Amino acid sequence: MSIESIKPAPKELEGVVIRFVGDSGDGMQLTGTQFTDTSAMFGNDVSTFPNYPAEIRAPQGSLYGVSGFQVHIGSVEVSTPGDSVDLLVAMNPAGLKTNLYALKKGHTVIVDKDAFTKKNLEKAFYETNPLEDGSLDGYHVIEVDMSTLTKEALKDVDGLDNKTITRSKNMFSLGMVYWMYHRSTEHTIDFFNKKFKSKPELIEANTKVLNAGYYYAETLELISNSYTISPAKMVPGTYRIIMGNTATAWGLLAASEKSGLELFLGSYPITPATDILHELVKHKHFGVKAFQAEDEIAGICSAIGASFAGDLAITTTSGPGLALKGEALGLAMMIELPLVVINVQRGGPSTGLPTKTEQSDLLQAMYGRNGESPVVVIAASTPADCFNYAYEAARLALEHMTPVILLTDGYIANGSAPWKIQSVADMPEIKNRKVTKFTENWHPYKRDAKTLAREWAVPGTSGFEHRVGGLEKDSVTGNVSYVPENHETMTHTRAEKIRLVQNNIPNLKVEFAQQGDLLVVGWGGTYGTLHSAVKQITEEEGFNNIGFVHFNYINPMPKNTEEIFAKFKKIIVCELNSGQFAFILKANFGKFDFQQINKVQGLPFSNDELIQKFKQLL
Amino acid sequence: MEATAVKKYTYKDFVSDQEVRWCPGCDDYVILNSMQKALPEMGVEKENVVFVSGIGCSSRFPYYMNTYGVHSIHGRAPGIATGVKLANPDLSVWIITGDGDATAIGGNHFIHVLRRNINLNIVLFNNEIYGLTKGQFSPTSVVGQKTKSSPYGNTQPPFSPGELALGANARFYARIGGNNPKAMTQIFIEAHRFKGTSLIEVLQNCVIFNDGCYTDVTDKEVKDDKQIYLEHGKPMIFGKNADKGLVLKGLKLEVVTIGENGITEKDILVHDAKEKDPTMHQMLIRLAYPIATGIVRAFDDVTLEEREDELTKKIKAGSKYKKTDDLFFSGETYEVK
Repeated sequence: MSIESIKPAPKELEGVVIRFVGDSGDGMQLTGTQFTDTSAMFGNDVSTFPNYPAEIRAPQGSLYGVSGFQVHIGSVEVSTPGDSVDLLVAMNPAGLKTNLYALKKGHTVIVDKDAFTKKNLEKAFYETNPLEDGSLDGYHVIEVDMSTLTKEALKDVDGLDNKTITRSKNMFSLGMVYWMYHRSTEHTIDFFNKKFKSKPELIEANTKVLNAGYYYAETLELISNSYTISPAKMVPGTYRIIMGNTATAWGLLAASEKSGLELFLGSYPITPATDILHELVKHKHFGVKAFQAEDEIAGICSAIGASFAGDLAITTTSGPGLALKGEALGLAMMIELPLVVINVQRGGPSTGLPTKTEQSDLLQAMYGRNGESPVVVIAASTPADCFNYAYEAARLALEHMTPVILLTDGYIANGSAPWKIQSVADMPEIKNRKVTKFTENWHPYKRDAKTLAREWAVPGTSGFEHRVGGLEKDSVTGNVSYVPENHETMTHTRAEKIRLVQNNIPNLKVEFAQQGDLLVVGWGGTYGTLHSAVKQITEEEGFNNIGFVHFNYINPMPKNTEEIFAKFKKIIVCELNSGQFAFILKANFGKFDFQQINKVQGLPFSNDELIQKFKQLL
Repeated sequence: MEATAVKKYTYKDFVSDQEVRWCPGCDDYVILNSMQKALPEMGVEKENVVFVSGIGCSSRFPYYMNTYGVHSIHGRAPGIATGVKLANPDLSVWIITGDGDATAIGGNHFIHVLRRNINLNIVLFNNEIYGLTKGQFSPTSVVGQKTKSSPYGNTQPPFSPGELALGANARFYARIGGNNPKAMTQIFIEAHRFKGTSLIEVLQNCVIFNDGCYTDVTDKEVKDDKQIYLEHGKPMIFGKNADKGLVLKGLKLEVVTIGENGITEKDILVHDAKEKDPTMHQMLIRLAYPIATGIVRAFDDVTLEEREDELTKKIKAGSKYKKTDDLFFSGETYEVK
């Protein structure tokens, strides 16, 4: 099949979604990251979503070994990595087969024709070659002999083995895409210079291949036009591209500096939370104590110990790990110590879908402990605001002497977006409740009248020697007590203490229509998809009766929650589970009728499915 | 820590206002008293002492000590104590645990705290039974032992905490009878002074559910003949008349009598607790007659906090990041105007 030329359609685009797919070893994550960084520096808003297999080195060419990186760049605000794809770059048949569904009809797919060998086609379970059998009719296919052209470009570079040559073909595709979207290769060449400082032959090779791809795209009449995406209008400031898990780790660093407390992390590796551990272990220069424990339980217990001794203590995990931590979390709640528990949610139950996203740990976070054991539950909503909510989790834990669970998810944790860098100087104050000078009649469970938070007397402080433990304690002295009325008092006090956190969190803000026919309700990592769907239906389709409210504070909820619900005729709660937040809302706000949009596929919502459902309700 | 700068304490300073609720006659009282006597000798400020326990009879211990304390959850005291110590290495941290708490539900944490060699102390009350849940067999109960959960006799073979500990690379291990407060007090002081994780196994009698489990080795009448109290640098001699000793025969320890068959004191092995190679310590722990007590092993090694501290200092000195701003604004940033 010959390559058709694109019909001239020179236009400025508001946004474009590109997906790079190939074998695990093809370097797709690097290719995608380079395109993202270059575009961000050009001034575009960006949002990314890596999608890689759970297997570390899946067999080459296999369907389950496909690694992908999707990036959405825009001249306007971009809040999701996008659902359907404008340009697909497929480095092998398996990548094409598993990703073609996402490509918009009539749009472009670039393939490495050299990779469409009989063997690779068989591995991808293609009976006939899709490049020849007409199955790609309706798409614009650009076939490039990428492996051959890469070899050709490198024929004069000395000191390269075959493997290195083959592995640099991803740069050929990146070069082509740079040309198509009017991006400079400069940033990536700088990157080579830094990364391969001691290996000049690799700098030369990668630069040559990148340029070869760029010039190939430019020279060939086949790609007769190109798209431009102007810089987005963003709040002025210094930015960087940040991944959600990194932002979470940095929010904790900021909280540690602001509060003047040393940061302690007790953790055990688990996908997709491990990158927070990876990030924090790097920062010994800030005095971070990151302890990789023997299991999830020891992870949280070491954090509880560190908190007892006066550190800002953190434990990080994902769903199954939170289940293991349940008993210890109950202890932290009972002995009323500040503790931040971060759960990067993944598909459950059990081992579930470790590398996929879901919001199905909400009820576990709320109720997954024995007895009545309320804790503060908050959720981050974008890769960049993981920074703020990690900081916020630390602030609330320290000011209210309570465990705080921060829920993020695989989607925002691994996704990246521009972050307007926040200096610690500009972050809100964090007070802690450490005692200093002993006064008579001090008791460990003496509470602040406004917050009901107790004081934090840490070992090493003379006069305050005391014992805490998981047994019920007297409401005044903190000594072990089995008195029935006391137990009830303490149960209510612990619940009330969490409810009072309401006074220390911001009110909800409604976006788009402030009152009207339909209120779209979301929480956590779905902010981007919900926001862009409501935006589209409002701005492009002329609806002015839809409001959108997104929860970051779940336990307790903001004070004005009920007031907002009352302003709309219908309420639709959208979440990536079977209705867990809706369940909580129904229990708390029984007079409203909550409808639901739920998805449990390990995938984020798509714009189209949301818009379609919103319309049905209007 | 030097005693000079520290307040003078007495036994009473470490007694809390809480009523002790163990069964009358329990060895736990002996352990509590020994600890309260040992602490004034350690030269450590009261506010710098933390007791962390799990669950079980033994784990009520922190409530009775007038120091900082955490009565935590079943088996997890090592995790909590590790966090306390890493957060503040100046503290004297003690884990109080039992055979169920340490070697059953908390087995994983028990071996890993020993492996890491954090400078803290573990007192393991081994009564070969679950007391607080009212009498089930534990991982140290003997085969055939009749308990509430083994009415026809226990079919699960036990392991020895000492052997388990050495397998986990424990640097300090001591064993002492629950009715020997004098030696116990001294061992607590030695454990405190030892830099690294110290494990002290107390052969503790449970008067209710496993009464007499150690009678044949700890009773006053027999203890000198049935136990050997090991001291570093001294010959391995025991017996009421101090005429029995240990020699190595092939790959086994053998009991000999001094004065018989030409054996003199010179033939008796000398105890080297500080030896790195744990082979001899392992053999002593395994010995059924006599039962080895005292400090079996005290091998001086680098602690986890020393390694961490050294690394942190080195990285801090060489780093360009002093404040988080230095990190946040480093590398690939860009301006939006």
